[in-house]
Amino acid sequence: MAKQVKIDAKGMHYTPLNQQIRKAIEDGADEIIVDNVLGQRFIGNGLRGNATIRVNGVAGGDLAMFMSGPTVIVNGNAEHAPGNTMDSGKVVIHGSAGDAVAHSMRGGKVFVRGDIGYRGGIHMKQFETQRPILVVGGSAQTFLGEYMAGGLLIVLGLDGVMKAREIGSGIHGGEIIIRGDVDEACLAAGAKKLPLTEEDRARIAPVIREFAADFGLDAEPLVNADYTRIVPASARPFAGKYTWE
Amino acid sequence: MCGIFGVMDKRRQMMDGSGIRDALSMMNERGSGEGAGYVAYGIYPDYQDCYALHIFFDRACESRAAVEAMLEQWGTIECGEAIPTYDQPNLKANCAPWRYFFRPDASLAPGSASPEKDVIANLVMQINAGTTGAEVVSSGKNVGVFKASGWPEDVANYYRIEDYEGYIWLAHNRYATSCPEQWERPDPFNLHDWSVVENGKTTTYGANRRYVESFGYTCSTGTDSEVIAYLIDLLTRKHGLAIDLAIRALAPPYWDEIDRMPEAEQKLNRALRFAYGSATMNGPFTVVAANPDMMVGFTDRGKLRPMVVGECGDRLYIASEETAIRAMEPCVESIVRPAAGEPVIGRVAP
Repeated sequence: MAKQVKIDAKGMHYTPLNQQIRKAIEDGADEIIVDNVLGQRFIGNGLRGNATIRVNGVAGGDLAMFMSGPTVIVNGNAEHAPGNTMDSGKVVIHGSAGDAVAHSMRGGKVFVRGDIGYRGGIHMKQFETQRPILVVGGSAQTFLGEYMAGGLLIVLGLDGVMKAREIGSGIHGGEIIIRGDVDEACLAAGAKKLPLTEEDRARIAPVIREFAADFGLDAEPLVNADYTRIVPASARPFAGKYTWE
Repeated sequence: MCGIFGVMDKRRQMMDGSGIRDALSMMNERGSGEGAGYVAYGIYPDYQDCYALHIFFDRACESRAAVEAMLEQWGTIECGEAIPTYDQPNLKANCAPWRYFFRPDASLAPGSASPEKDVIANLVMQINAGTTGAEVVSSGKNVGVFKASGWPEDVANYYRIEDYEGYIWLAHNRYATSCPEQWERPDPFNLHDWSVVENGKTTTYGANRRYVESFGYTCSTGTDSEVIAYLIDLLTRKHGLAIDLAIRALAPPYWDEIDRMPEAEQKLNRALRFAYGSATMNGPFTVVAANPDMMVGFTDRGKLRPMVVGECGDRLYIASEETAIRAMEPCVESIVRPAAGEPVIGRVAP
């Protein structure tokens, strides 16, 4: 039988809270429900295994940093950098998130139903089979996919027009896929846009279906929508910026 | 880093300082325990027509005599007293916080459009740049700055800010990068009407300081928030800019954004950038500023620092983190993260 642990985080500092979560996982918990979370940082940091952590409240900065395996579900918003350098596992945020979402992420999935702040997906990277995925249901802000080196970043724009500019500033790997058309003027130097091929669509369809299932959305209209694909124009966007060769 | 917090009640309903202390301490991770400060508007209703001068004295007796002589020369001291403080185990007091309720003699600044404020500004510059061992930390009507070197809770308890009631509060938790021992170094910085808290570091400090000093201001603490407070005073009071234009002068759009604007807007923005090139602030920052009628927040153009805005009934909140807002207003009605270049301007009902 699945083992469930409940923790009341009201008024608790993040250090004892994270010690309790870590202890619960060591003791074999499958599901950890953390209530009354209010800005406690570093929840899920460095955890391994396949437990599910339910965060009820506003998760503090660097949620699931270095996490490798577990699933974190936030019923609320998250502050800056959820999924920071995450290795594998999944973060599902039912609200919005702050700046630098999925910062340097190296594997796993981060799904945000609402909006994200500036510099979403900054320096996401990939290596062999490790390929991080960030999906945003709402809108993203400027410098989306900054210095992106790998992985997949999808923005669905379900709640209105995306305001992001300087998309893919310094991108040299990975891909950014945005529902609808993106004005060329919103792309940063070093990024170029391509039409989404049917092969691309087949590749992202399972990701979109999983996102839709997590948030109770109708998947098929999203799978069949028009998308713009943004990729690096070159593998060395700033080759001539600081040195002359 | 640094953590900042601001709250304003649009109908001037009073809030005591305890909620502000709790909100600020939610962001202790953003500070280093070496500085925190609070400023509140509306705390001195009995002396609302006097300028409240909060002054830190290095040596209570000698410094006081020198400062009082200066004040008597420029106006009338209605009342002078030590600011009540309560020893805290983690705070090491190295100065005596004092306050004067002061009426400047407007006839001593002939030809000025705001003579009282000119007298006050000159006094503040003179005292702070001088060698009297005194530092004026706030100088406005019905407003006061309470700050010290320590964690937010210790500083709040040292002044018992729960004993003060204001309709606008700004608070700052300092991540000290220099001079952690000096009590005048943490934000807020205040010059009569305007108070400023900042999270960040302007890389244009030198250029901004030279610019504002060319108009007669003297910067004595080496802190960018001091320069920002003086810049806002210069642009709004002396140059008569509306606050939205003043903010646009300090944190203007990039040239390529201006190029895409309609023609009339382009003209205005170009003119502002040309006129105020030396006042333009660069580097990472979020600034929250207030005067008796408004609270405003804005970030640097590249949005290198966070700013979260909450609204609930008559209350407007601006903070570095959403949790600080929810600590004070658990059922906050709206939470937004404005884009860079979209200043938040909240005005108190007239």
